[in-house]
Amino acid sequence: MSQQIDYFAIAPPLALALTAALVLLLDVFLPHRPRTRAALGLVTLAGVLVSLGFVLAQAMTGRTLGTFCVPPALAGSGGPAPCSYVVDGFTLVLAGLVLASAVVIVLMSMTELADGGIPAGEWHFLLLCTLVGAVTLPASRDLVMLVVALELVSLPVFALTALKRYDGRASEAAVKLFVVSVVSTAVMLFGVSLLYGMTGTVHLSGLAAQVQAVTGVPVVTVGIVLVVAGFGFKIAAVPFHAWAADVYQGAPVPVAALLSVVSKASGFAGLILVLATALPGQAGTWGPVVAILSALTMTAGNLLALRQRSAVRLLAWSSVAQSGYVLAPLAVTGTIGAQAAVGASVAYLVIYAAMNLGAFAVVLLVARTAGRNELDDYRGLAFRSPAAGLALAFCLVCLAGLPPGLAGLFAKVFVFRAIVEGGLGWLALVMAVNTVIGLYYYAVWAARLFTPAARSLTLRAAPALWPAMGLAVAVAIVFSLAPQLVLDLTGL
Amino acid sequence: MTGTGWLPVALPVALLAVPLLGALGLVVLPHVLRPVLRAYGLVLSGVTLALAALLVATFDYERPASPQFELDVPWIPGLGLRLHLGIDGISLPLVALTALLTFLCFGYLSWGRARAGEFLRARPRALVFTLLVLEVGMIGTFLALDLLLFFVFFEIVLVPMYFLIGIWGGEGRRAASIKFILYTLLGSVVMLLGLLLIWAQTGTFDIEALAAAHGSGMARSVQILAFVAIGIGLAVKTPMWPLHTWLPDAHTEAPTTGSVLLAGVLLKMGTYGFARIAIPVLPEGALAVAPWLGALAVVGIVYGSLACLAQRDLKRMIAYSSVGHMGFVLLGFATLTPTGINGALFANVAHGLITGLLFFLAGAIKDRYHTADMTALGGGLLATLPRLGSVLTFAAVASLGLPGLAGFWGEMLALLGAFRPADGLPRGLFLTYMVIGGLGAVLTAAYFLVMLSRVTHGRPPPLPAEAEAEAVAEPRVVESLAARPVATLAHRDVRPYELLAWTPLVALILLFGLWPGLLLSLTTPAVHTLLGALP
Repeated sequence: MSQQIDYFAIAPPLALALTAALVLLLDVFLPHRPRTRAALGLVTLAGVLVSLGFVLAQAMTGRTLGTFCVPPALAGSGGPAPCSYVVDGFTLVLAGLVLASAVVIVLMSMTELADGGIPAGEWHFLLLCTLVGAVTLPASRDLVMLVVALELVSLPVFALTALKRYDGRASEAAVKLFVVSVVSTAVMLFGVSLLYGMTGTVHLSGLAAQVQAVTGVPVVTVGIVLVVAGFGFKIAAVPFHAWAADVYQGAPVPVAALLSVVSKASGFAGLILVLATALPGQAGTWGPVVAILSALTMTAGNLLALRQRSAVRLLAWSSVAQSGYVLAPLAVTGTIGAQAAVGASVAYLVIYAAMNLGAFAVVLLVARTAGRNELDDYRGLAFRSPAAGLALAFCLVCLAGLPPGLAGLFAKVFVFRAIVEGGLGWLALVMAVNTVIGLYYYAVWAARLFTPAARSLTLRAAPALWPAMGLAVAVAIVFSLAPQLVLDLTGL
Repeated sequence: MTGTGWLPVALPVALLAVPLLGALGLVVLPHVLRPVLRAYGLVLSGVTLALAALLVATFDYERPASPQFELDVPWIPGLGLRLHLGIDGISLPLVALTALLTFLCFGYLSWGRARAGEFLRARPRALVFTLLVLEVGMIGTFLALDLLLFFVFFEIVLVPMYFLIGIWGGEGRRAASIKFILYTLLGSVVMLLGLLLIWAQTGTFDIEALAAAHGSGMARSVQILAFVAIGIGLAVKTPMWPLHTWLPDAHTEAPTTGSVLLAGVLLKMGTYGFARIAIPVLPEGALAVAPWLGALAVVGIVYGSLACLAQRDLKRMIAYSSVGHMGFVLLGFATLTPTGINGALFANVAHGLITGLLFFLAGAIKDRYHTADMTALGGGLLATLPRLGSVLTFAAVASLGLPGLAGFWGEMLALLGAFRPADGLPRGLFLTYMVIGGLGAVLTAAYFLVMLSRVTHGRPPPLPAEAEAEAVAEPRVVESLAARPVATLAHRDVRPYELLAWTPLVALILLFGLWPGLLLSLTTPAVHTLLGALP
């Protein structure tokens, strides 16, 4: 029996995959010249934009699309046949988030690759492969598809990290990332197999129904905890956070941005799908675990960020802390309902992506001049390059969650609102204290931008970086003025 | 609504839009505006002041208890956040005070050739920008009638004030600015939790509706929890002992304009929050927490006064005096009586005027002597700089609460409120507070008089710093130095631009001191409304 495939539903990842193949072919057949590198970047960018166009078109139809469904003959009676690939509001928001971030990251890559130290064809191919995974993952509705998509997100990133050849730090980072990721996959697969063994289904909708029957069985609890732990690695939640700083610092800056936004968004998408879609009835089991993970993650991330001198390491720990904020609303899913909790988490994630990418774009600009990329290299940036200085200052203020960075402020309000409504007062207090700790390092960094520099560095021109920075900051500004946009997007 | 024209809605929007657009203009057209920066800031704050004056003129004094000039449009429906602005008898004086003090600060900066020019030279565009954004936040806080909107404006002032202290401040500016922003943010985040708790219980952020409901729909325990959370946020800003420790550092390191706005307006945002949100929205919580609030308030009064007695630095002393004065304001709120709260609101405005003036004076002294250390200043200010000395004496006497000046009425009414607190509050306890507060008032008089005796009276010492500075500039008159100080200092007395900045403050201190009814008639009906729910 042949499968009916809805090609419109899978058009976004398909477009990316075809572009990846095209890039690889072009890289082989085009002459190796600087212009080719730029051309490959533009082809990649076009692929991402086409994919984004498909996502928008899917959003226009307003229907929920599903494909790779269990044939009706096999599904048996009772309810619609479960599908493995579903395009609904959640899928569209996360796919849109990933692809919009990808536009910024591709532009950053073009700057990074312009020097010629890194092979452009491989880079863009691997980047597109990661994106295929990241777009497929939020649409996955069965455990196998979920794991495969997550691996597709992770595997190319090891290679991307190591592409800076003959660089000790990069190789170390790649090995670290590889080991951590493989271990986390193994842990998660074990959890998945336990869940499958107990319920006899891999489809999330089936899981939600079947797992009620086995509530309270210790094996199910172990399975849930292992799956949460597996995703915990991907989003760098405590106690699986230790790899973040070294890997971010060793990897090229665009890869660090990719890890902190796309890879993290995928991890959260998977976590939300497993917890809120497949196991909503078990919220009593995983809710407290997530609450404690969230509190520990934000605290550890912020405390570790306090002592950093390197800009990328600081952003690495800050993104760990921000993971904690995204996790927090999920902890109250049981009390306020999946829709409100997931809405708050995704809203935070969307705003976080914009402000974090803006910061990384400026970091890349400075990294091109100051190799060590320490915080002191940012002294006086606001005078040397007012646009870059103000953009970074705005993004940092956003990340700290203060006006004029209203996007960051409202993102925190969304999360606080969910927690307070859910009645987790202690988590709200922990997050309040963490917001203040976080402010310290953001404020100190922001103040450096406006203090006169002892030695002045001239920034190297980076034409592709300005649109990247402009896009991220413009989105952050729009979200600041009209946060309702984010809520409309994530209303799900 | 009074009248149906465009004016009622346009006024509050314009009050925010003028400084905000002005600040944006500096970002968009930096080069066009560079030559006219001084005039630019002055004109924009002047327009804002004119709008505030128009507001004062068109305010319907028949109904000061209900919000006027209301604007209510949705901003973020998903969050229930509305752009709800309005003005009543409680906020009107504070809006006017903010507009006035900001204008005077710009006047002080723009007209002062000699030193303010120096000050403005260090990144003038950024300074004007910072002050304008600060003004948006300050005015917005007093206009907001939506809990979340109030919080947003409350937060807006943090970043400009951080940069104001951190860039244009004194020696220890870095530590002081960080301490300021971390401390206040901690307070406001805890306050946000309290506001969200109210929302979770009642489902609305609308202050008007919440105040009209008088806490119905919220259990007593929830009200207490929310009051404590909101109270902590407001108390950090006020500041209330023991959450005041950021204040002396921030004041000492801030530039003159920063100190003036910090003491004159920012502290008022904390106390205003009590009158606007904490007490009317959470009456039962207020009743339960009031004895504690009163206790911390009187500790603050005594502690502030004793700390003042121990200070050597003039700016630091004035900063600690704010802790004491804010103690009176909080004591007034804690009584939960119309008398006490009226007194608190009056003391609020009076403190803004008087301490604003005191910080202007301290800045002027620091300019001339390059130190604010009282022992280093020596004495005899009245002999060397008679006009400056007189204004300083006037401000100090006003601050210590001499009858006939603005400082008196607020403290008197606050203590009177404590004499007969609201039903349900332990009267004996509040009588004790009254006695301790009264002692604090005596101590206040003591430290101001000690300060005056150290600075303004006595024999003027030679001024080595001045003499050296002059000697470098004019080497040929070195030999005649000994005979010169008095003569050369004469032209260093109050300058015209300083006089322009200070005269309105002096006049208002006199006006409110002699005619307190002017302010009290505005606040009394509003206070009765906000206390409506209390037994």
